[in-house]
Amino acid sequence: MLAKQTPIPDELTGPFYKALNEGKLVVQSCNTCNKLQHPPAPVCKVEGCNSSDLTYREVSGRGTIYNYGVVYDCPIRVLQEDQPFNVAVVTIEEDEEIQFYSHLPGTPVDDVPVGGAVQAVFEATAGGDQKIIEWKVV
Amino acid sequence: MVTENAPDSFYRTKLGLGVWEHRGKVAATGVGHSPTARRWDGKPETSVGAFAIDSIRKAIADSGIDPSEIDGLVLDASTTTGAHWEEGAPIPMDVVNAWNPTDDPLDGIAKLSAEWIIKNMPELTNVKFTMYGPGCMSRALVVAAQAVGDGLTNNCIVLKGWHNLEGRYYQGGANALDTRPGTAALSTLWGTPASYGTALQFAAYCTKYGKNHDMMAPFVVQERANGLNFPEGFWAQHRPEPLTIEDYLAARWIAKPANLYDNDIPIMSTAAYIFTTAERAADHKQKPVYILGHASSRTNAKSLTPSLQEVEDDTYFTGQKIYEGAGIGPDDLSFENMYDGFTLFHQFHLEGLRYRGVQNGEALDFYATDISNSGPNPTSPSGGNAGSGRTRFWMHTDCIQQIQGRAGARQITGVKPEVGVSGGPMPLGGDFIVWSATPN
Repeated sequence: MLAKQTPIPDELTGPFYKALNEGKLVVQSCNTCNKLQHPPAPVCKVEGCNSSDLTYREVSGRGTIYNYGVVYDCPIRVLQEDQPFNVAVVTIEEDEEIQFYSHLPGTPVDDVPVGGAVQAVFEATAGGDQKIIEWKVV
Repeated sequence: MVTENAPDSFYRTKLGLGVWEHRGKVAATGVGHSPTARRWDGKPETSVGAFAIDSIRKAIADSGIDPSEIDGLVLDASTTTGAHWEEGAPIPMDVVNAWNPTDDPLDGIAKLSAEWIIKNMPELTNVKFTMYGPGCMSRALVVAAQAVGDGLTNNCIVLKGWHNLEGRYYQGGANALDTRPGTAALSTLWGTPASYGTALQFAAYCTKYGKNHDMMAPFVVQERANGLNFPEGFWAQHRPEPLTIEDYLAARWIAKPANLYDNDIPIMSTAAYIFTTAERAADHKQKPVYILGHASSRTNAKSLTPSLQEVEDDTYFTGQKIYEGAGIGPDDLSFENMYDGFTLFHQFHLEGLRYRGVQNGEALDFYATDISNSGPNPTSPSGGNAGSGRTRFWMHTDCIQQIQGRAGARQITGVKPEVGVSGGPMPLGGDFIVWSATPN
């Protein structure tokens, strides 16, 4: 597991991080147009909607690897000892426009199955009790 | 003096607006560049403020008009994207007080306001219009073009400055801490360097079209060659070393598939241009370069980072807006100087323009043809950021100089350089200008 900075939940992201601690993945959803969005925002980002009637909806945790890069020169101090490492973009089963980043724990560096299936996992961070989302190849 | 950001109405972000109402009525004449440096050495005479004044004076002299004829100033107040003054770090008051300071002691050191410029250039006695085009020289150019066209200013300085400090770009600050605010953490916890998003799009491009990173080599090598013919640029001034195919292919990775030479080197430098009306341009020293139109993109990524599809859709949309506003088509372009700040996205801009008929997925093959400045398909003749360092303005200077016939060893000879386009930065978002030797 790569050491990550510990996120400090704020008002907007509180429900997201609380769900992660409960082993659930939630994504912000607009109650007006039903579109999912991530990262969360104060209003719906769909052009012409802009509704503030937003909630968080639980999703399956199943996803697909869109593509990836390998980081050799990382700006985040706590991660620099672990480079090089994979960073993939994962899209979720419910909406291929919703993306998450992942180090793909357990997948060898630069040996990533593009288009492959992944499952969300919930990892602790070094600095505290807050969990973060990761994805493992299935 | 209160200087505001340009209003949204200045930017042409939609299709269907027709030809720009000031097509051919605004012109660039004078160009001025400061020296370049890798990092600031802490002296007052080499601060970003000092460099800005130097470039402005050169641009005014180049235009042949008196400083008292300057009545407008448009600039981007930000002078970095990754070399931020560390919070709590002592401010060199000897440098601050070597100039006429504003209320912000970092003004002229790690940022640049219109007020600071005016306070430190007593020869600018007649500036009545000031405005910010925030984010990039490209945006400042669009704002200045619109302002001159609207009659808000007649002889306008357009300015962009960049500072750089000790230490590595993007390191420090929030990236050095053990925690991260929750919203920012959603995209930053995974430690992606600045070129990661572009690298990902390029990886998806290679997957989709069956291409590979090695195919970038001819383009990046040509860019360095063009940059070495840019005497105002960093590599020409400090490290006049050609880049070979072998150098490029052996370079270390930053965010694979982006390597060292796909990333532009942060430097200090400033540039200034003089924009004026077409009528007044006749009295300026240099041949006028008319602005046929401008276009802007304000598209945001749908999620964490733009996908390849989003990039291809938006660059094509931007190309359509560019052509509509300027009243031209792809065949009218003599050359293109689209942004290359990560080299791996230049082809998205080029394909979006359908430059020389290049469709999506074809640019890397196009790079293997003659893209030199002496050939039929000059591609990034400026050499861009890759060729001269991180400023995002070499492309604009080159457009002006090519059309004026003042590009020196970079002068395009394979075609007649009559119409060019420049702008950026990223494939999503950005501002673009079409330049012409004639007003119509």
